[in-house]
Amino acid sequence: MDEGGAVSAFGDAFVYLNDPFNWTRSGGILDLLVAHLRISALAVLLAAVLAVPTGVLLGRSGRGGGAVVVLSNVSRAVPTLALLTVLAVTPLGFSELGTVLALAAFAVPPMLTNTYVGFREVDRDVREAARAMGMSRGQMLTRVEFPLALPLVATGVRTAAVQVVATATLAALVGGGGLGRIINLGFGQQDHGLILAGAVLVAALALLTELVLVLVSAALTPGPRRWPVRPVRAPRAGQPEPTSSGVPL
Amino acid sequence: MASLGALSAVSVPAAPVLAADAAPNPWFDPSYVTDNWDTIVGHLGQHVRLTVGAVLLGALIALPLALLARRTRFLAGPVLGLSSIVYTIPSLAMFAFLAPFTGSLSATTVLVGLTLYTLVILVRNFLAGLQGVPADVREAARGMGYGSARLFLRVDLPLALPAFMAGLRIATVSTVALVTVGVITGNGGLGQLIVGGLNANFYRAEIVTGAVGCVLLALVADVLLAGLERLLTPWTRAAR
Repeated sequence: MDEGGAVSAFGDAFVYLNDPFNWTRSGGILDLLVAHLRISALAVLLAAVLAVPTGVLLGRSGRGGGAVVVLSNVSRAVPTLALLTVLAVTPLGFSELGTVLALAAFAVPPMLTNTYVGFREVDRDVREAARAMGMSRGQMLTRVEFPLALPLVATGVRTAAVQVVATATLAALVGGGGLGRIINLGFGQQDHGLILAGAVLVAALALLTELVLVLVSAALTPGPRRWPVRPVRAPRAGQPEPTSSGVPL
Repeated sequence: MASLGALSAVSVPAAPVLAADAAPNPWFDPSYVTDNWDTIVGHLGQHVRLTVGAVLLGALIALPLALLARRTRFLAGPVLGLSSIVYTIPSLAMFAFLAPFTGSLSATTVLVGLTLYTLVILVRNFLAGLQGVPADVREAARGMGYGSARLFLRVDLPLALPAFMAGLRIATVSTVALVTVGVITGNGGLGQLIVGGLNANFYRAEIVTGAVGCVLLALVADVLLAGLERLLTPWTRAAR
């Protein structure tokens, strides 16, 4: 594509995004955005209900670290597009439920890993001290372990949520809803303006989700503020590592 | 709403019969693989070329960036921050951003997009590996008269190699999965089979062949890289 083509594509994208009718009409940007957010929210909720309690159980007992590593490695190798497509040709069909299930499956590993690490790394002495103060197991969980593990659990949920919002775009490739439809339509019509408009919307939504969740988790986390930008460390083999960025699919 | 309900009551029969239900449509069909072997190998070849190209290009760009970020400490923050922003951009949007420049039906779009993602993974891991090299060891090597090239090749590289290889493995496996999204430009490697099967009246054997092929390819690539790591770092085995 020549330089002039790219420039005119930016102009076309601006015109498309600047037209209120493109936002408000039925099946327009706002409708697609609502569908996108509904699918994403359901997927994150479903994955959290499954992954967080499992991570708490495994992390407290300190068992199953190998299984957690294997799960997160395997999930990296499975293309999201493949699972979306396979679910679409099951009896579930082209329902929102199929999309939600596929996205939830990929949201489980980051949440599970981070919850596991968060609870496993609660200091043994702190647990001991809580027990000595006469706390029951339930009190220890809610008053000691959970607050200490919260920053990592929040990172897991944020990573998964951003990943889900990003991957929900792919549903459009297999007949699903969401903002990916604009990009898909643009490619179908070879309309570079439309393609760019869709790209801007999808990328902005992903970055905004990241930003909002960083602020929310910083506000909720007790103690000194912990920002998600952490120094990089060389990965250790065979041990679950907390993830701060998910699969970019 | 009432009119909609009435409409659907009239137009939808009680038990819709789809063509997909009537014809046999198995999930696994060896005859599909043998009959379409050449097509499958063609897509597989593209998948491998895109993956290898993206990981190699990413590594070639990431290494100088990581070296620069280690040398000038104040650059490390911006480099990592920028890379995590790139990582947040969904792949479909990434290809869409590139399409006006590199063509919406070209494999270059996919290659450049994938390279950006591998770059992000590799810069982080390369930098982690380089920062893990003990300062004393570098100091000692310099005291022994090592120049910067020899210092990198004989000291930094062997010590950082496990982290480098870990990064390469993660980047390769993620890229194998991501190539499938290239289907939007018609250059999705085995992803072409996944979406092709969907469009060919939900042909399950084709979809499953593409999906299983991707997972197997990722597995083979990971095992090969793990073997390479073992070959390149014989001293880690001796230590155990």
